[in-house]
Amino acid sequence: MTPVQPAPTTRHAIRAEGLRKRYGSGKTDKPALSGFDLAVPTGTVYGLLGPNGAGKTTAVRILATLLRADGGRAEVGGHDVATQPRQVRRQIGFAGQDAAVDEILSGRQNLEMFGRLFHLGPRAARHRARELLEQFRLTEAADKVVSGYSGGMRRRLDLAASLVLAPRVLFLDEPTTGLDPRARNEVWDAVRRLAADGTTVLLTTQYLDEADQLSDRIAVLSAPPGEGGRTIADDTPEGLKNLVGGDRVEVVVGGTEHLAAAREVVARVSGVTPESDAATLRISAPVTDRVEALTDVARTLRDRAVDVVDLAVRRPTLDDVFLRLTGGTAAPVPAPAAEPAATGNTAPEGAAA
Amino acid sequence: MSTTALPATGPERRLYWALTDCWTIVRRELTHLARQPSLIAWQLGFPIVSVLLFVYVFGSAMQVGGGADYRDYAMPGMFAMTMAFGFMNTAMAVAVDKDRGVIDRFRSMPMAPSAVVTGRGVSDVLHAALDLAVLAAIALVIGWRPTGGLPGAVAAFALLLLLRFALIWVGVWLGLKVKNQEAAGNLFAVAFPFGMVSSVFTPPSLMPDWLGTIAMWNPVSATAGAVRDLFGQPMASVGDSFVETHAHLMAVVWPLAITAAFLPLAVRRFQRLSR
Ligand SMILES: Nc1ncnc2c1ncn2[C@@H]1O[C@H](COP(=O)(O)OP(=O)(O)OP(=O)(O)O)[C@@H](O)[C@H]1O
Ligand SMILES: [Mg+2]
Repeated sequence: MTPVQPAPTTRHAIRAEGLRKRYGSGKTDKPALSGFDLAVPTGTVYGLLGPNGAGKTTAVRILATLLRADGGRAEVGGHDVATQPRQVRRQIGFAGQDAAVDEILSGRQNLEMFGRLFHLGPRAARHRARELLEQFRLTEAADKVVSGYSGGMRRRLDLAASLVLAPRVLFLDEPTTGLDPRARNEVWDAVRRLAADGTTVLLTTQYLDEADQLSDRIAVLSAPPGEGGRTIADDTPEGLKNLVGGDRVEVVVGGTEHLAAAREVVARVSGVTPESDAATLRISAPVTDRVEALTDVARTLRDRAVDVVDLAVRRPTLDDVFLRLTGGTAAPVPAPAAEPAATGNTAPEGAAA
Repeated sequence: MSTTALPATGPERRLYWALTDCWTIVRRELTHLARQPSLIAWQLGFPIVSVLLFVYVFGSAMQVGGGADYRDYAMPGMFAMTMAFGFMNTAMAVAVDKDRGVIDRFRSMPMAPSAVVTGRGVSDVLHAALDLAVLAAIALVIGWRPTGGLPGAVAAFALLLLLRFALIWVGVWLGLKVKNQEAAGNLFAVAFPFGMVSSVFTPPSLMPDWLGTIAMWNPVSATAGAVRDLFGQPMASVGDSFVETHAHLMAVVWPLAITAAFLPLAVRRFQRLSR
């Protein structure tokens, strides 16, 4: 009934158009997805960003054939996820938000079982399990019961389980949440290796530097309080950063009495009215030539004996993009011009500056 | 060395993989059992302790009529009650797999989807057979002697396993329905009256009218009654209602009815995971 499909050489390994999903039957429930579009070119790593509850997990679960969309359509590896789930499943690896491994089996038994269920022969399954255990530094714990594993070991085992067949398309839902830096780097390396071998990866993450490091392109989902679960941006990390503007020069002064002088200096060099924040004693303005702007500002500030605590030219980070696009649930987007809030919570940037 | 899946084409190939995958799941469950022998001890603890209590503490005061020895009355009841409680094991195992995302992992793989359920069914029946072997050994140690001959004993165990088989689907349905594994643990509140309001320890004819009627119609009573008879124990205090005089028939009809009702429900719940 289902003839073997020739490996489809589609340009997009993952393609979603207007996916809609609402949980439950209640009309009171907000939709989890309301028009989710995505086109992931074959062989690329795609990051899916969005605040909590934006629908990232929902989107990934629909694409991995675990959930049925209410509307729209999606293809993975050239097969429709709704009508050809079998063909899709043969090409994908899936690691959900929580480690989905058998707690009572050992790590090795887990991987051998999944290998068998991926229809490897007994010997091939054993061999593949050994390879994966080694790759994810689990050889020593291989024969221990998983319930005795640490969270990070469990996550690594989970990831290994999603790679049993070296999938053509890999879905990773927050793959490094709860991992220590070393384990995180290993996961990143594994993803890069897979990508180099031609695997298409769709990963969701809360860590913007992770998306920045790994992704060729990034899609951002809208925040749920308003219209949640829609793709509101889709670009390269650089493109997204350009969205919130280019480089900015930033001066932090030692006291309120220095604010006016510093504003004047920054205004002259940048040629625009700078933004300033009296609470954090910070002044910033966009600049075109980083080096020239920095030296100019530094020299003039010193000439005028302004007490400077910090001076830098800052590239916008993905944090800025994320906060700007999603309406900033963690911290507000930089306030236009000097309008210090008494509470002083108008910190205009993410901590990752 | 190859790490590519074999192509799955044609109905024979489909069947081959459905069976192979089922066996892989069964092996997983058997490994669980082997890894946690104490689990069996705990699960059998309740029926064993309760039957010992009834036989030795209340036994002398228990009049089951027909000159029957209470121990001979209670042992088959203990078997039936263990089978009845079995649905909780199923529900718990399913709830844990659902909670942990293991079912999702299975569903994202190219394995036969039926294997998740068939594997569960086969391994639960094997588990129940092991339970019965342990219980029968204990019963023999404390002096229980079936007198119904080998065919009777075989038929009795078959009926017990049939009840357990039917309750697998109740367990799968409940395990998928409950919110999480803690909620699955609370199912004992359902299991306890289901097992106890029956002919397991006392003939329904000795209960207050309304309770006796419920106990009489309880599927567990049908199995317990039929099994008592097959083990050659005198049919003590059997009422003359249809369900009681036709215990053998009801011990087959009830499980089939339960299966007919709950197997589709369980399958539908499973399919609804994607909603
Ligand atoms: N099984 C479910 N039943 C009902 N509502 C759900 C269910 N799963 C998710 N939701 C709702 O759907 C919306 C999207 O959830 P989803 O898990 O996809 O978000 P997410 O982007 O993955 O969030 P997070 O970053 O917290 O993982 C949320 O409002 C959530 O409450
Ligand atoms: Mg999520």
